[in-house]
Amino acid sequence: MHAYANPARFLKIARPLTHWFGWIGGLLLLLCVGWGVFAGPADYLQGETVRIMYIHVPAAWLGMAGWSGIAIASAMQLIWRHPLAGIAARACALPGAVFAALCLATGSIWGRPTWGTWWEWDGRLTSMLVLFFLYLAYMALASAEQEADGEAGGEGRMTAIFGLVGAINLPIIHYSVLWWRTLHQGQSISLMKGSSIDGSMLWPLLGAAVGASLLFGAVVLMRMRAELARTKLEMRMRRLAAS
Amino acid sequence: MKAKNQRLVLIMVAVVAMLGAVLLAMSGLKDQAAYFYAPSDVLKSPPALDRPVRLGGMVRKGSLKKLADGVSVRFIVEDEAHAIPVQFKGILPDLFREGSGVVAEGRFLNNQQFVADNILAKHDERYMPPQMAGDQHKTGRVS
Repeated sequence: MHAYANPARFLKIARPLTHWFGWIGGLLLLLCVGWGVFAGPADYLQGETVRIMYIHVPAAWLGMAGWSGIAIASAMQLIWRHPLAGIAARACALPGAVFAALCLATGSIWGRPTWGTWWEWDGRLTSMLVLFFLYLAYMALASAEQEADGEAGGEGRMTAIFGLVGAINLPIIHYSVLWWRTLHQGQSISLMKGSSIDGSMLWPLLGAAVGASLLFGAVVLMRMRAELARTKLEMRMRRLAAS
Repeated sequence: MKAKNQRLVLIMVAVVAMLGAVLLAMSGLKDQAAYFYAPSDVLKSPPALDRPVRLGGMVRKGSLKKLADGVSVRFIVEDEAHAIPVQFKGILPDLFREGSGVVAEGRFLNNQQFVADNILAKHDERYMPPQMAGDQHKTGRVS
């Protein structure tokens, strides 16, 4: 990992990866969501509303994966002081927040015809909303800390600690439907027990999830490159002003 | 110990402690965080009669009946051990079906009678096309 502590080496890899991830991910996502929405079957109970799943489930997974990324990168920053870790963690926040918001919005739209309510304060829904608020708080803290550090260019250690501590919400979201009685259904896909979603719906769903993940990766790389460029620009400006 | 390893151990201890705290809190909150009462909870520790509560379980097959006024229905909500009759006046959600999950919001008249003022259908984790489900999707709708 420390081979990529050098920004020049990181950028050499990140530049082509951004394109690959972005194009393949975007195409895969479009194709699989289109497959599920237009060509896939309706559900025996939910009817056509099941098609919201092809957006809702990948969005939920990536909303959680985004914070996992923040937590892992924050730990790397705190333990090994990896120079790119903080940048990577902060780059995950915005796309993660967008996916969490998408998950909440699509879930609400699905809940109205299925359950008969837009919103209920059950364990799963509430913990997911908390995740969205954590993202907002994280972004506010990150920008506040960077502003406070100013010229000193601090590492953003407070932000990293918040990113690590916020990860306690992830097991709560995951286990909320298993341990608590909730309105939200239990998990349909499990590594141990397989899936209770029929193959004709499962494959486009998994494809959409992979596509959305690649797209997520492309956005994170793009934001990291933008952050590195901004730092470089600031340093150059400062040098110009000094001379 | 090198500073790097010290930080690694410190953070691992912190993460384990946080996880432990969450697991403890979640299992401790099990009853409070439950979104609804199951019929057997109600018989074990009945909630106050004047308090709005949610009752959740499966709608017993063959228990759904329309009352004489044409807009009220009665059905039985059950879990593995117990069953409670529920009365509701209003529009049932589309996914409300016999043999499927339901959450009723309302209050108890007594331990044996629940009056709902709102019904939510609970979906389960199975997703399949209608031809695979066979006749499952045709059961138990009030017409």
